[in-house]
Amino acid sequence: MAVPILKQGPYLIASVQSALTDADLLELRNALVEKVGRFRSRGVIVDVTALDVMDSFASRTLRDIAHMIRLRGAETVIVGIQPEVAFTMVQLGLTLEGVATALDLEEGLAYLDRAAKTGGGETRSGGA
Amino acid sequence: MKEARSHARISEVPSELTTALLRELVTHLRQHRTQLREEWAQRITEAKLLTAMTKEEVFAEATSVYDNYVEALETGTFEALQAYARNLSERIIPRGVQTDEVVGIVLLLRDVLARSLFARYHADFEKLNRILDAYEPAANRIAITVAVGFVQERERTIREQQEAIRELSTPVLQVRERLLILPIIGVIDPQRARQLTEQLLRGIRTNRARVVVIDITGVAAMDSNVANHLVLTVEASRLLGATVIVTGLSPEIAQTLVNIGVDLTKMNTVGDLQGGIEEAERLLGYKVVPVVKADAVN
Repeated sequence: MAVPILKQGPYLIASVQSALTDADLLELRNALVEKVGRFRSRGVIVDVTALDVMDSFASRTLRDIAHMIRLRGAETVIVGIQPEVAFTMVQLGLTLEGVATALDLEEGLAYLDRAAKTGGGETRSGGA
Repeated sequence: MKEARSHARISEVPSELTTALLRELVTHLRQHRTQLREEWAQRITEAKLLTAMTKEEVFAEATSVYDNYVEALETGTFEALQAYARNLSERIIPRGVQTDEVVGIVLLLRDVLARSLFARYHADFEKLNRILDAYEPAANRIAITVAVGFVQERERTIREQQEAIRELSTPVLQVRERLLILPIIGVIDPQRARQLTEQLLRGIRTNRARVVVIDITGVAAMDSNVANHLVLTVEASRLLGATVIVTGLSPEIAQTLVNIGVDLTKMNTVGDLQGGIEEAERLLGYKVVPVVKADAVN
C-alpha cells in the first residue's frame, strides 16, 4: 500500500496508514527523496503512529531517508512512535541515531519551525 | 508390618492395623496430655525458641498445637491442622517468629511424643516398632503441613508487601507543562525497571512531555543490567521526542557505571535535581525570575 505524501507549506508530510512491506518502504524512500527537491521543501515529517511493529529494515530505511533528505538540504522528523514500539526498538538496538524524533505531528511541525528559525538545525548543506 | 508402613505412607486411608494402632496411640496421648504438653513447653523454653512470645502464650499455643496434632493423628485429615497452622502463622509472623523456630517446635513435639512412646512400649519391642510405623509417617506429615503452612503464609505476606512497594514507588509527576520528573527511590530490580520504563513512556505520551528528569538520588546501587536498562529508557524516550536528563548519580554509582563500561554518551546528566530542573527549563524555554525583579523590570 502506497503512503500518501502531503505538501503542507514548506514541509512534506508522509502519513503511514498501515503496516508496510519492504517494497512499500523503498517506494516511500524514493518518493520522498524525489519530492523534497521538486517542491523545494525545507522539512519532511514521517508519521508512524499507525505502526505497531518496527523491524530492522523499517528502522534502517527511516534512518536512510533522514540522511538522504539531509543531503538534499532538508530536515526530517519521525513522529508518533508508540511507547511499546520505542522500547522494543531500543532493545533490538534500533535507535534511529542522528534522526530527529517527536511525539506527534504537531510536535514535529513545531520542531521544524524551530529548526527553521535557528537556521535549519545541523543540516544546511545548501539549498534544494 | 512392611505392608502397614507402605500403606500409611502412600494411601490416604490407612490400613485397619494402622488405624487400630493410631487409635491406641491417640488414647495414650490424650491420657498424658497435661504431662506431655508441659514437657513440650519446657523443652521449647530450654531450646530458646519462640523468644518473641511470653511463657503463657507459648503454653497456650502449645496446648492448641498439641490438641490439633492429636486430632490430626486421630482423624488422618490435615485440613483443620492446616487452617490452624495458617492462622497461627498469621499471628506470629508479625512478631518476628522465624521459620526455624516453627519447624523447631514441631520437631520438638514429635520428639517428646516419640520418647513417651518409647517409655511406654520399651518392654514390647515388636509393638513399639508397629506403633512407630503408624506414628512416624503421620507425624512427618504433620510437621510438613505446619512448616509449609508457615512458609506459605510468609511468602504471601512478602508478596503483598512487594506489590505495595511497587505501587507506591514509581510516580511520574508533571512539574510544568511538558516537563516530567521521575524520582526513583530504593532498589531497582529488573521487574521494577521494566515497570518504570513502561510508566515513563506512557507518561510522556499522555502528558505530551518534551523533557523528563529522572532523579536517582535515592538509588543506592546499580548493576550493569539496570544501567543498560536506563540507557534503553533514555533512547526509547528520545524516539518519543522527549529529552531525558538524569540527575543525582551518587559517587558510587558514577564509579560503578564507569567501571562496568556502560556507554553513557547518550545520557544527559546533571548533578542534582535542582540543576536538572533548571536545565530542563532552559531546554523548554522557561526562565524563572524573582517576583521583585520582574516588577522592577515592568
